[in-house]
Amino acid sequence: MRGISVTLKGLAKHFGKVVALKTLDLDVRAGELVAFLGPSGCGKTTTLLMIAGIYQPTAGEIYFGERRVEHLHPRDRDVGMVFQSYALYPHLTLFENIAFPLRLKKVSPSEITQKVRETSGLLGIGHVVDRRPAQVSGGQQQRAALARALVKEPQVLLLDEPLSNLDAQIRIQARGEIRRLQQEIGVTSVLVTHDQAEALAMADRVAVFSTGELQQCATPDELYRRPANVFVARFVGHPPMNLLEGRFDNGQFAMGDVRIAVPAGRLTGPGYLGIRPEDANLTGEIPTGVAVVEPLGRENLITVKLGKLDFKVLVDQNVRPATGTAARLGFHQERLHVFDGSGKRTGS
Amino acid sequence: MPLLPPRWRLVLLALAAVSLPIAAGLVWLILTGSFDRVHGLLPAGPPDAQNWRFLWEGVGGRPPVSTPLLNSFVFAGVVAAAVVLISSMAAYAISRLSFPGRSLYLGLVLVLHAFPAVSLIIAIFYILRLLGLFDTLTGVILVKASLELPLGIWLMKGFFDFLSWEMEMAALVDGMSRWTVFWKIALPLVRPGLLALGTFALLSAWGEFILPFTLIVSSRNWTMAMYLQTFLGESFTDFGMVAAVGLFYATPVIALFLLGQRYLLNIYSGGVKG
Repeated sequence: MRGISVTLKGLAKHFGKVVALKTLDLDVRAGELVAFLGPSGCGKTTTLLMIAGIYQPTAGEIYFGERRVEHLHPRDRDVGMVFQSYALYPHLTLFENIAFPLRLKKVSPSEITQKVRETSGLLGIGHVVDRRPAQVSGGQQQRAALARALVKEPQVLLLDEPLSNLDAQIRIQARGEIRRLQQEIGVTSVLVTHDQAEALAMADRVAVFSTGELQQCATPDELYRRPANVFVARFVGHPPMNLLEGRFDNGQFAMGDVRIAVPAGRLTGPGYLGIRPEDANLTGEIPTGVAVVEPLGRENLITVKLGKLDFKVLVDQNVRPATGTAARLGFHQERLHVFDGSGKRTGS
Repeated sequence: MPLLPPRWRLVLLALAAVSLPIAAGLVWLILTGSFDRVHGLLPAGPPDAQNWRFLWEGVGGRPPVSTPLLNSFVFAGVVAAAVVLISSMAAYAISRLSFPGRSLYLGLVLVLHAFPAVSLIIAIFYILRLLGLFDTLTGVILVKASLELPLGIWLMKGFFDFLSWEMEMAALVDGMSRWTVFWKIALPLVRPGLLALGTFALLSAWGEFILPFTLIVSSRNWTMAMYLQTFLGESFTDFGMVAAVGLFYATPVIALFLLGQRYLLNIYSGGVKG
């Protein structure tokens, strides 16, 4: 285990009057991979660049283990970083790119050669290290960028959208490789991404950001099963969760004319009822009409009308109602998500 | 050699037509300089080296040609070096750092560029007198370099703006200081811009006449342009000699242009080729 913990305490960043990150408290445990997930402009990259030392925080503290680092220059923090554009130096060969951080550390030439060979071999680009970045494929550039970040054996690895410039096919392969490598080396890692599949597949824990605020930090399972608020509920999961806005009253949820029975006592007053498409079925009691049928192969995605709302239901591939026919909507009672009027989760 | 497609032959023809007067001028210059007398483009009489005697002797009380030649080289070289160095540093700061007054500064630089040098010359004259730099090569170098800076700063800013921020961030994370990022990463990547600007400033300084003519008096500080001017007498002008000196004066420029035109084109296309 090489990694150390990364602790953010009251971290904030303002650019003039623009608040990029409100107060953030977060703990990344040693050897863990935490993904920062969120739409663009949510503060995730800002946070990463503060951990790297590119941005100075407006307020707050950053600890690597016991060491306080927010005032340190990037080179004194011992971090490796992979950028979305890979940011390889175009005038240097891949070998020189990977050797670059070692040369700056004044490592002996023979050791540099050995380490670069080792790391590039580990990443499967050993045969192209004599070429320049423009002469190799996107996947190889991405690996070279990763090799450059790893060759100095950093305590913290920072990945800023490392896969979003790759083809879909290579992306899935690369995310598995990065995860395997990260676990092998045991380096504490932070991954910034806007792709929930990437975050859920690669991370030990996922921190969901929105408008400069941390919404929830939890394991992928927890995030999916118990979203902390309406934003996370809507953002995580595909197809997204159905969210109905209405009133809870004594074991019943009312939205316009629609009445849905819910477990009693969780909430009284205005709020949101969340139902994942796979937790709904067409064998219930609420009368609706089928609006759209989308066969997805393994299952069918049915859109039914609930009041004015489009409600998505994921059903087995052999259930295929005709468009325009009536259907009866039902839910898994124990898998309903209840959020209060401010969008916060209530109950279990 | 394969025949060009007809469309290209037309283009070549058009280009040739446009270049013809320039080429004819050069040929005329060479002929006038090499023969005693020329009627139009036809030499009258045998070739004559008389017009070139300025190369080995001081003509009519003028200093030997080596003096203005050396001065011109120093003048153009130092101006080019200063312009490249100062513009690239200023442009990097403007492109990358946010500091108070940044946009005001950019605007002022542009306004400076709009002033023709001639309109400033009286003020410059007084300033140089005050600084004790009148009639010195240093003074003219300072003035010429300053006048070239606005263009240089804007040009280099364009090149730096084109560089990826992420690459510099990567270099910082890899262990470079801000200063070494500038020298080792940013500057090598804008090399085409530096070469273009350098060539441009060199050519501009080499051809400069008004500034040295106004600000330099002593013959030991003459530049080539001033040296050439002295051959254009008020009552009598030896055009054969003017042509010879002119040709001599133009040779380095033509050589440099042939070598540097690729970079000069970069000024107008403004791109960094990876």
